[in-house]
Amino acid sequence: MGKYFFNETDIRSAWENVLTAFWQRYPNPYSTHVLTEDVVFREVTPDNCLLSRRLLTKTNRLPRWAERIFPGNLARSVYIVEDSIVDPNNRRLTTLTWNLNHSTLMTVVERCVFHGERDRPVWTRLTREAWISSGVFGLSRPIQEFGLSRFKSNQIKAMKGLEHALSKLHLSAAQSHHGDASKDTSEKAKNLTPSSSSQKPQEFV
Amino acid sequence: MNSVGEGCTELKREYDQCFNRWFAEKFLKGERSGDPCTELFKQYQTCVQKAIKEKDIPIDGVEFMGPNKEKPGS
Repeated sequence: MGKYFFNETDIRSAWENVLTAFWQRYPNPYSTHVLTEDVVFREVTPDNCLLSRRLLTKTNRLPRWAERIFPGNLARSVYIVEDSIVDPNNRRLTTLTWNLNHSTLMTVVERCVFHGERDRPVWTRLTREAWISSGVFGLSRPIQEFGLSRFKSNQIKAMKGLEHALSKLHLSAAQSHHGDASKDTSEKAKNLTPSSSSQKPQEFV
Repeated sequence: MNSVGEGCTELKREYDQCFNRWFAEKFLKGERSGDPCTELFKQYQTCVQKAIKEKDIPIDGVEFMGPNKEKPGS
């Protein structure tokens, strides 16, 4: 059972830029619910892949009806692990994110793949999947539905946050080229502003 | 961005700066010159791992990419 979410979207930025922005996306105007961010593990493998683990703490925002039923849960923030593998040979970043606590109430596992296809160098394809489940007897369905709805709104914020980080990077790159061609620079900065178009997400129960 | 360890944020910032530079200028360009940030990382980790223990954050022993094994398409 549980809820499944799937979405594919194109980010109008080269893969290398998306990856650089990926590490720098916090804080951003859309991430006020993210309280802390720490890298707790990092390793370069013999075949030159980068493994990382990040620990995030986020606020635990529940709807009123859930707050009434689970008052104890409000006290603690949610601890979230994000494991990632950067494979520069195949231009692929795979991330897996899930919550360490509050997992009986609800577990959300999210897998993202950011892929830069060689024949589309200015685009990065993002494939996002999530599995949402609840172990609470008798309430799993409304909890899962709440979880899915919060996940959807969070992924919109996550995309905006990533695009914000990308814009900042492009802006600072454009500024460092500032010189006699100041008009050209501002034109370039405009064209580099990333935008994404989403396809309609599919949902399966 | 703050670290989960209140006193670790400065160490985190220094490490992040070093990493971001190395990542964009060396790693992504295929230069295998080695990680210049290991010392900064060690100092940062000493601080943050202590905070993780103090706050009882259940991350120790969690397998890398653990939940991925049970998901289709992994």
